[in-house]
Amino acid sequence: MERYLLIASTFCFLAAVVHTVLELRANVFRALRFNFFSIGLGFIFQTAFLWIRGQELGRCPITNLFEVFAFLAWSVALVYMVVGPAYRLSLMGAFTAPLVLLLQGFALIAPIDIRRSITVPANSWLEFHASMSLVAYGVFALACIAGVMYLLQERQLKTHHLHSIFYHLPPLTNLFAVITRLLWWGFALYTVGIVSGFFTGHPLPRIQVVAAIALWLLYAAILQARHLKWLAPKRVAALCIIGFSAALALLWGITFTAELHHVP
Amino acid sequence: MNLFCIGLSHHTANVATREQFAGNATAESIARQAGCAEALLLTTCNRVEVYAVSDRQISTDEIARCLIAKTNLNPANYPPPFYRYEDNKCVQHLFRVASGLDSMVVGESEIFGQAKKAYELARASGAVGPYLHRLFQRAFRVAKQVRTHTDIARGMVSVGSVAVELAQRIFGKLSECKVLVLGAGETSERTTRALVSRGVTDLRVSNRSLERARELADSVGRCVVPFDNWVAQCREIDILLTSTASETPLLTPEILAPMLWQRSDRPLFIIDIAVPRDVDPSVDELEGVYLYDIDSIRSVAEQSLTLRRQQVAVAEAIIADHVTDFFDSIARGLNRLSQAA
Repeated sequence: MERYLLIASTFCFLAAVVHTVLELRANVFRALRFNFFSIGLGFIFQTAFLWIRGQELGRCPITNLFEVFAFLAWSVALVYMVVGPAYRLSLMGAFTAPLVLLLQGFALIAPIDIRRSITVPANSWLEFHASMSLVAYGVFALACIAGVMYLLQERQLKTHHLHSIFYHLPPLTNLFAVITRLLWWGFALYTVGIVSGFFTGHPLPRIQVVAAIALWLLYAAILQARHLKWLAPKRVAALCIIGFSAALALLWGITFTAELHHVP
Repeated sequence: MNLFCIGLSHHTANVATREQFAGNATAESIARQAGCAEALLLTTCNRVEVYAVSDRQISTDEIARCLIAKTNLNPANYPPPFYRYEDNKCVQHLFRVASGLDSMVVGESEIFGQAKKAYELARASGAVGPYLHRLFQRAFRVAKQVRTHTDIARGMVSVGSVAVELAQRIFGKLSECKVLVLGAGETSERTTRALVSRGVTDLRVSNRSLERARELADSVGRCVVPFDNWVAQCREIDILLTSTASETPLLTPEILAPMLWQRSDRPLFIIDIAVPRDVDPSVDELEGVYLYDIDSIRSVAEQSLTLRRQQVAVAEAIIADHVTDFFDSIARGLNRLSQAA
């Protein structure tokens, strides 16, 4: 039943993507309000899905790869709902919707919603660790999206070929400020997530720990290099995309190894 | 009731012809002389148009005579290239004019203010009645809708507006930007004024002739930098506007690159409108530097115009809906009046 809620949510994000594509093709980009409302509606359906699934399981619904992807998509939409209006980045919705659509579309199509009987009682530290890390991934996803927007704007300015979308993208310096803030927020949340992992009382697979710390180090290095001005804004934007790709790969690996070890 | 528009514009008449019909009449004098129930005169540098409502058919010549009342011109000897639109064609024409679709630079917004001013003048003189009032109020609504729902007014078409728009796309608020104007020519003065009008306050002017630099700096109320010291300013400025008469490039990657290390990670936007160019084109290859010379500015202006032209069809569709709706609402009003009678 709750799966239908996730399908409904996916259709909301699909509507935002289709609307954006049509408007871009017609060179009349006015998708801002429509995008915000369809993402908002999609977010409500996502929340309802996670709520019902969580009630059913009696724990945070991140027990298999399907739920992890749904939770990650929810985190991305949540961060967009907070960051988009706060920073007047309404166009970010046009970039956020395709990412959420991909995550949820993959979760729904791939045969990864495998339910196992879970006998171990819920571990609140483990749930806190996992959910906090996934919200941090959501923030990194938004930093990645802001990075894509930055590179797109930068490219148009450098090549002197200005598309209609150029006039709707935020100024370069504003985008870079947003990237920096998102990186700091994501890094702080991820640090809390990693530290809380040490209190779970479960022996986590070593490869998971090493990979998670490697990702933490990657973002720490990006932030440090940005702080010391070793990296130009363009490179920081590119690294945001690389960082989130690494985070997604790591998430896959962690969930895969967790399923092997039957850790909920 | 006949609703009509008679006029001439940049499409049909050159400036010499247009100026002969401009400034000789008022809406009130036209209404009185031609016997119109309502009249409105719209005069801009690109058009002279009379919008009027009358009970009887009024010829184009009668209106033309009103427009040249104070001059020695004889319309019979000198047939002017007037156009005439009636009823729905007139409504459509006004909506197009107010939305900037009929302007020389498609999508320009100045015409909106000029139409508003013409309406206010005619209303104050009592020449506008309920019909033209409704028509012009609707025209203003249509113009706003066209601007909001299309990209017709997007982009920029002059050196000054290209510079300002690009600077805003890079830095956002220009009030926090530091600008150095190198060379105090006419185009650079216009561009400087455009930047100041958008909030630039930290503006420095440098010129080989200190006197001319002072003149420009005084006219925009900013400070002068000695020409020998301008290069050092590149460490802290955000925008460099250059237009000197130098025969060789004044700024090269070799000069600028070491300074970029000392800057914070703010971009540097260079507008080089000098011919020959003041800035070596390879400066554009440096990270965080956005160099626009006169050709690239022209290319951006051309892209903007193309973008605006692509929006005309969308705007025409909005206007067509409003024309139909306007006549429907007029018909509904007349029905109500006849039922009440």
